[in-house]
Amino acid sequence: MSTHTEHAHDPKAEARVYIVTLVTLLILTVITVGASYINFGSGNVVIALTIATIKGSIVALFFMHLRHDKPINAIIGLTGFLFLGIFLMFDFIDVGTRTNPQPINLHAPPAATAPANAPATPAPDSRKE
Amino acid sequence: MSTSTVDLHPEHPHGPGPHGDAGAHEHDPRQQHHFTTMEQQFDTSKIGMWLFLATEVLTFGGLFAGFGLMQNRYPQEFVEAHEQLQRLAGALNTVVLLVSSFTMVMGVQAARNNQPKKTARYLWLTVACAGIFMVVKAYEYTHKFEEGLLPGVFYHHHGDLIAGSHGYATFFSFYFMMTGLHGLHVLIGMILLSWLAIRAKRGEFSDKYYTPVDLVGLFWHLVDMIWIYLFPLYYLIT
Repeated sequence: MSTHTEHAHDPKAEARVYIVTLVTLLILTVITVGASYINFGSGNVVIALTIATIKGSIVALFFMHLRHDKPINAIIGLTGFLFLGIFLMFDFIDVGTRTNPQPINLHAPPAATAPANAPATPAPDSRKE
Repeated sequence: MSTSTVDLHPEHPHGPGPHGDAGAHEHDPRQQHHFTTMEQQFDTSKIGMWLFLATEVLTFGGLFAGFGLMQNRYPQEFVEAHEQLQRLAGALNTVVLLVSSFTMVMGVQAARNNQPKKTARYLWLTVACAGIFMVVKAYEYTHKFEEGLLPGVFYHHHGDLIAGSHGYATFFSFYFMMTGLHGLHVLIGMILLSWLAIRAKRGEFSDKYYTPVDLVGLFWHLVDMIWIYLFPLYYLIT
């Protein structure tokens, strides 16, 4: 099997790569925990997710062997993330462009525009839940 | 091409190369008749596993999206609720899972290099790490149960700053759904790894055939990867 022969190099060297990978992941974990104690405002989310993505990529490339694997496997895996990205993108567009529809944020109509001919029967109160 | 009946008989594994490749390799009894070579069989299994992993990414992705949307709706409550999680417990579990990924990949390597005892040892180590993860998780869950930090209508924690808000209950709905589903994956992984460790001890895996170890390894690394995202989102982001 070609996938086997690709791995036929020195097992000791390979184990060293795995150890370096593990140590890198542990260092990144320490960094991300440390960064969470410092307040960067909205930067905290960006830092945490960037480090998580770096860690995830390292796991995929080294532990999941995508580095040496047939490209089709990486393509399939990335397709999952691609469609997740499309999904998240539309979610964020929705959140970013939507005005909050909760009743408490609706403004009462100005008094001048209120119908003058019906003072005894107020319009149904749209502010009530 | 030989007929399938011939292929299905493992007592003829050393017959003349039935696939016209001039006996470049023996016919492995584990090779199924619809595959031309063991390599093709291995690659096909792997593609199937990756397709499954892609659906896993989407499953958890949907939950992450929901979490993000609710965090947008209840930003203050989510920050306060997240303070109830023990950062150190989460960090410990992250380390445990990363180490388990390392022992897993060493197990795959040992299986590929014809070291059945070493394979079994690394697989059991991986199971042990998963066990530690679950124990820490159980400790965290017990603490949440006692505090009334429960999902949805079961939420009855006292002392929240915004009285009557659904934000806290929503946070813990997502917390238990996502860590619970992840924990279920860890449990399934433990069962699969134990099964593989027993098979490895029997010497069932070698450089000729280690597909199950490789595929469960991929699954295990994905479980690790999901936690890599769960941990900062739940325990770290304020």
